[in-house]
Amino acid sequence: MTTMDVSANALPRAAEEPHGPKPRRVSPARIGVYAFLVVSALFFLVPLYVMVVTSLKTMPEIRLGHLFGLPQSWTVQPWIDAWLNACTGRDCNGLYPGFWNSVKITVPSVIVSIIIASINGYALSFWRYKFANLFFGLLVFGAFVPYQVVIYPLIMALRQMHLFATMPGIIIVHTIFGMPILTILFRNYYAAMPAELFKAARVDGAGFWQIFFRIMVPMSVPITIVAVILQVTGIWNDFLFGVVFAGRANWPMTVQLNNIVNTTTGTRAYNVDMAATILTAAVPLAVYFISGRWFVRGIAAGAVKG
Amino acid sequence: MAERHKRRMKFNAVIGTLPMIAVAVGVYVIGIAYTVYWSFTSSKLFPNNDFVGLRQYERLWNDDRWLIAVQNIWIFGVLLIAFSLVFGYLLAIFMDQRIRQEDLFRSIFLYPFAMSLIVTGLIWQWMLDPNFGIEHTIQSLGFTGFHFSPLVDPKTAIYGLVVAGIWQGSGVTMAILLAGLRGVDAEIWKAAKVDGIPPWRVYLFIALPMMRGAIGTAFVLQCVGVVRVYDLVVAMTGGGPGIATNMPAVYVIQMITSSQNVGLGMAAATIMLLPVVLVLALLGIARWVAARRKEAAIRRELAKA
Repeated sequence: MTTMDVSANALPRAAEEPHGPKPRRVSPARIGVYAFLVVSALFFLVPLYVMVVTSLKTMPEIRLGHLFGLPQSWTVQPWIDAWLNACTGRDCNGLYPGFWNSVKITVPSVIVSIIIASINGYALSFWRYKFANLFFGLLVFGAFVPYQVVIYPLIMALRQMHLFATMPGIIIVHTIFGMPILTILFRNYYAAMPAELFKAARVDGAGFWQIFFRIMVPMSVPITIVAVILQVTGIWNDFLFGVVFAGRANWPMTVQLNNIVNTTTGTRAYNVDMAATILTAAVPLAVYFISGRWFVRGIAAGAVKG
Repeated sequence: MAERHKRRMKFNAVIGTLPMIAVAVGVYVIGIAYTVYWSFTSSKLFPNNDFVGLRQYERLWNDDRWLIAVQNIWIFGVLLIAFSLVFGYLLAIFMDQRIRQEDLFRSIFLYPFAMSLIVTGLIWQWMLDPNFGIEHTIQSLGFTGFHFSPLVDPKTAIYGLVVAGIWQGSGVTMAILLAGLRGVDAEIWKAAKVDGIPPWRVYLFIALPMMRGAIGTAFVLQCVGVVRVYDLVVAMTGGGPGIATNMPAVYVIQMITSSQNVGLGMAAATIMLLPVVLVLALLGIARWVAARRKEAAIRRELAKA
């Protein structure tokens, strides 16, 4: 990670030294500092803990109502049920199909959206043609437009193209809505590159695509990592586009999770619900813990406006 | 020759950015135009061209569901943003005290943000469950007067959403504000120390005003989150009890799907767009005025010389 940090200097970073007074040994103030941090940490951790223990309890035990207690008799059956047997309406196939739908949606969407956005950023930094900045301005504006404002025209357009409720349709939708943030990200990254690099390549006779593939792409590793983190978590966690555009056969994991938990008729199996919830959160959580500080950088970079 | 070569290169750039042009114009100009246009029609299940003027807007502002949705987004937005900023800044200040395990604490405060709002909603739905949740557990410990199940009561359900929102988002605010704090010049801290100013005053009155960029970033991120609150509502309350936690984003989707009232939905969507346009326009004007002032100042300097 430290080696990567060196090459990522064009990105915002959480940096430098803390300011607080140098800690002496144990003083009341120090204890107060840690007490506040530990209590806050509990606020963030307790729900996760409760989810995990609930998912490992049997239903009779859950009905006793000891939310925070450890399971008396441990069981992994809820996890198996959540993955294979949990019901959404009449189908009882568990989350497993949703998981694969999410994979099938996320992988191409991430790849396509990043390729397009990097070309956008490159063209906007080095090949500004007439009106290029107008289009970019519209895109930046789009980053702030609530999805609901454009969702219905998009439904109608995709319907006309026979792409509504299809896998290519949902991938196009994710590409569209990822474009503003990603384009801003890549444009800012390329704009911070030394212009000499580009000029030298131009003098050598390299053209638009040559410079892009030979020079820009190899130098884009750090920003691409940030973009991948941003897109994988964003698209995996999406619910709105999945439920509207994917179609029943392609519903992603989040949609199936919500259906399992919120549309059950009869008694609810809270342990299965919680196991299913953890399973759905597992992929983005893994991305988060593996990527570490890159994740924070992605959020900060995503929020910085052009 | 060189000129033609250059033009061909620019042509490549246009080809390369065709998807961007298509999205910028197709979605954010034509799409929005259609939304606004349909808001003036009597469209039901499918859009039509039957122009009815402002009638959909009249119906919208007489619809209880919409009025509650608007009220809710204000309560939710103001509370969530205020709490997240205050709590996030407190966390950032405490994180700034040369503590051990800073990375561990950071990971703990931030991980909820990595998860879907659907997941967040379901976690808190379970935590706040009236039969088996926090309330029941604490009551069974003997504190029978303890009441905390906001989701069952239409009057308090919105506050349950706020709790979940704070849990999900204040870690991010912390991370951004901490980065801002660390960006404050070390000289200022030394100077404050020499002058004997207590640290809390430095954090509140000196560092905070210097972190405008970080605060702006955190604020914008929170605002975007508030407007997109659809998923959280659907997972946690489904808009209920009754219509108590309806939000504009939920209202629009209901209108274009189950309620089959596209005209009304498009009117609501147009209203959702208004604050965005207003804020961006104000920002644009502010920037333009600042630029003009600067220009005038430079010209004055030149005239003097």
